[in-house]
Amino acid sequence: MAKYILKRVLMAVITLFIVTCLTFLLMNAIPGSPWLSEKTPTQATIDALNEKYGMDKPVLVQLGMYLEDILHGDFRVSIKMQKDRPVLDIILDMFPISAAIGSIAILWAILVGVPLGCLAAFKRGTWVDSLLRVICTLGISMPGFVVATILLYLFAGGIPDWKVFPTIFDGTWQSYILPCLALGFYPMCYLSRQTRTAMLDSINQEYIKTARAKGLKNKKIIFKHALRNALIPVITYLGPQIAFTLCGGFVVETVFSIPGLGRYFVSSIQNRDFPIIMGTTIFLAAFIIVMNLVVDLLYKLVDPRINLSKGGN
Amino acid sequence: MSEKNDILVQVDHLTKYFGVKGLKGPGVQAVEDVSLFIKRGETLGLVGESGCGKTTLGRTILRLHEPTSGKIIYDGQTIYEHEYPFESKTVEVKDKGGATRQETMLVKKVVPKEKAVDMLPYRRKMQIIFQDPSASLDPRMTVGEIIGEALDIHKLCPSKKERTDRIKELLGMVGLNTEHANRYPHEFSGGQQQRVGIARALAVRPEFIVCDEPISALDVSIQSQVVNMLEDMQQDLGLTYLFIAHDLSVVRHISNRIGVMYLGTLVELAESYELNKNPIHPYTKTLLSAVPVPDPQVSRTRQRIVLEGDIPSPMNPPKGCRFHTRCPYATEKCKQAVPQLKEHSPGHWAACHLLG
Repeated sequence: MAKYILKRVLMAVITLFIVTCLTFLLMNAIPGSPWLSEKTPTQATIDALNEKYGMDKPVLVQLGMYLEDILHGDFRVSIKMQKDRPVLDIILDMFPISAAIGSIAILWAILVGVPLGCLAAFKRGTWVDSLLRVICTLGISMPGFVVATILLYLFAGGIPDWKVFPTIFDGTWQSYILPCLALGFYPMCYLSRQTRTAMLDSINQEYIKTARAKGLKNKKIIFKHALRNALIPVITYLGPQIAFTLCGGFVVETVFSIPGLGRYFVSSIQNRDFPIIMGTTIFLAAFIIVMNLVVDLLYKLVDPRINLSKGGN
Repeated sequence: MSEKNDILVQVDHLTKYFGVKGLKGPGVQAVEDVSLFIKRGETLGLVGESGCGKTTLGRTILRLHEPTSGKIIYDGQTIYEHEYPFESKTVEVKDKGGATRQETMLVKKVVPKEKAVDMLPYRRKMQIIFQDPSASLDPRMTVGEIIGEALDIHKLCPSKKERTDRIKELLGMVGLNTEHANRYPHEFSGGQQQRVGIARALAVRPEFIVCDEPISALDVSIQSQVVNMLEDMQQDLGLTYLFIAHDLSVVRHISNRIGVMYLGTLVELAESYELNKNPIHPYTKTLLSAVPVPDPQVSRTRQRIVLEGDIPSPMNPPKGCRFHTRCPYATEKCKQAVPQLKEHSPGHWAACHLLG
C-alpha cells in the first residue's frame, strides 16, 4: 500500500512537470502580450517591462527559471491583473468562493443524482424512467449558460412579481442557491444516468437473488447489495468532476458575477497574465491528480477484489 | 392427517409467464401448469433440456419469481394462490398482404387479486443453492458477512459471540476453515465458493432446499464431493431437496423420485428406479437414451433415439401437447388437446395421450 502511494506520488510529480512545461511553452507560443492594452505603450516601456519580469530571455531559459522558482515555492506575482500581488495569494483568495459553490453543487448532484438513477433503474420502462431520461439527456446536452439563464429567468425576475433569488452573487445565502443549482445540474444528470446503467447491471446479478432468498427487504437489497456494487463507475466519474467543479465553473461564475477562480482563470488568459495562468493551471492539475489518487484508494474500499499493489492502474 | 404431514411442498397448476415488452400476449411461457408434491425428507430430481423451465420452476416455488398463477402450499400453509389470468380468444389477425385470418391466442382477463403471504418467515424454512457460485455471492462482502447476514435478518443469533460461533460451525460443516470467514468470495476456488453458498443456505436451519444445478459449474472431481456433502447434510439435518440438474446420471444417484420437464411442462414423474427402468413418456425415453454409458460395447449396440428439429420457442409453444412437433408417435389428438398428468401405475405419472 505505502509503496503504491509512493509510486503514485512520483508519477504525480512527473505529470505536474509535464503539465507545467507544456502550459509554459504553449502560453508563450500564442500571439499577444500582457502589455498590449488600449493605450499602446512605447517600445521602450515594453522593453523595460520585459526586462523587469525576465521575459526578454529565450523561452527555454525562462522556463528553467520558472521551474526553479516554483521549486522554491514561489509562484511569482501577477504582472497585470492585480499588479505585483503574489499569485498564490490570489488563488488562495479566490478558491474558497469557488470551492464553496462547487462543493454544494457536487453534494446536491450526488444526493439527488444517485437516488434518481436508482429510481430509474427500478422503474425501468415505466413513465418515471422515461421522464428521468428526458430530463437527464436535456441536462447533459444543455450548455451551462442556458441552464443558468433559464434559472435566472424563472427565479430572478423573468416572471413578473416573482423574484425569489438575487441575480448577482453578493455572498448572502440566497445568492448561493441559483449558482449551485446551475453548476450541479450537469453532474447530477450525468451521475443519474451512470447510476441507472450500473444499477441495472447489478440488480440482474445472481447475488441479488441470493439476498432475496435470505429474506432481505427490498430497500436493503437495493442499498446494501445493488448500490455498493454499482458505485465503481460513479466514483470514477466523481473524482475528476469534483476537482473541476470545485475550481469553479467559468460560465456559471460569469453569469452570476461570482468573484471565483474559474472566471479569474479565463480572464487571466485573455489578459496574458502569465504567472496567474501558470499558477492556476498547476493548482488545478495537482487537484485533479490528488482526486484521482483518492478515487483509486476508494476503489479498494468499495471493491475488495481490486488489488492496488498488483498492476496499479 | 399423518399422510398430509408427509407432504412438505405442494404445487398445483403453477404457471409462470415472463411478459415481453411490446407484446400483447402472455410472453415467455416458462412454466405451464405444473403440479407436483415433495415429501418430507425426500429428494425430488428435476431434469430437462436447458431452457425447459426447471430453474424457473424452482425459483417460482420459492417465490423468487412471483408466479403468474397456481397454488403453492408449504407444510399445509398456502403461501400463494392466484387464478389463471388468461383466456383463449379467437381474434382476427391481419396478414402482411392485408388479408385477415382467425387465430386463437391467450388474452388477459380480469381475475381477483392473488393471495400471497409475507415470505419472511418462510425464507427461514425454504432456501436455495444457486448454479453459479461466483455470481451468487456479493463480491463486496466477506464470507462471514454473507453467512451472518442471513442470521441477522431472522434474528437467529442474539449475541455477537453466538453469531461468530455459528458462522464458524457452518464453515466447518461444509468443510472450510474457520479463518476463511474473513476472506472475500473471489479468493476461493469454484468448489469452495459453492461450499460457501451451501453454508449460507444452511445458516437459517431450513427444512427445504432448492438445489438449482448446484454442481454444473464445477469440475467433475469437485462435483462428487459436493453431491456427497449434500447427501450427508440431508441425512444429518433431515433436509428435503428439490434437485435441479440437466445431468441425468447425477440426478439418478441422488434422487428418490425424478420429474422430467419439457418446454415448461412436467411430462413424467416417477420413482428414480422406475423411471430409469421403465420410462413411459416418449420424451423421457429419448432423454434416457442420450445418457452416455461407460461401456463401449453397450454403447455401440444400444439404440439412440434422436429427435428431429429444435426445441420450439416458449414464447409461442405448440398447441395441444407441447412435445407433438418432435414426437415420433404424435397423432392428430396430440395436436389438439393438452394431455394431463395421470397416474399410470402407482407413483408413476405421465402426461401423454398415447398412454390412454
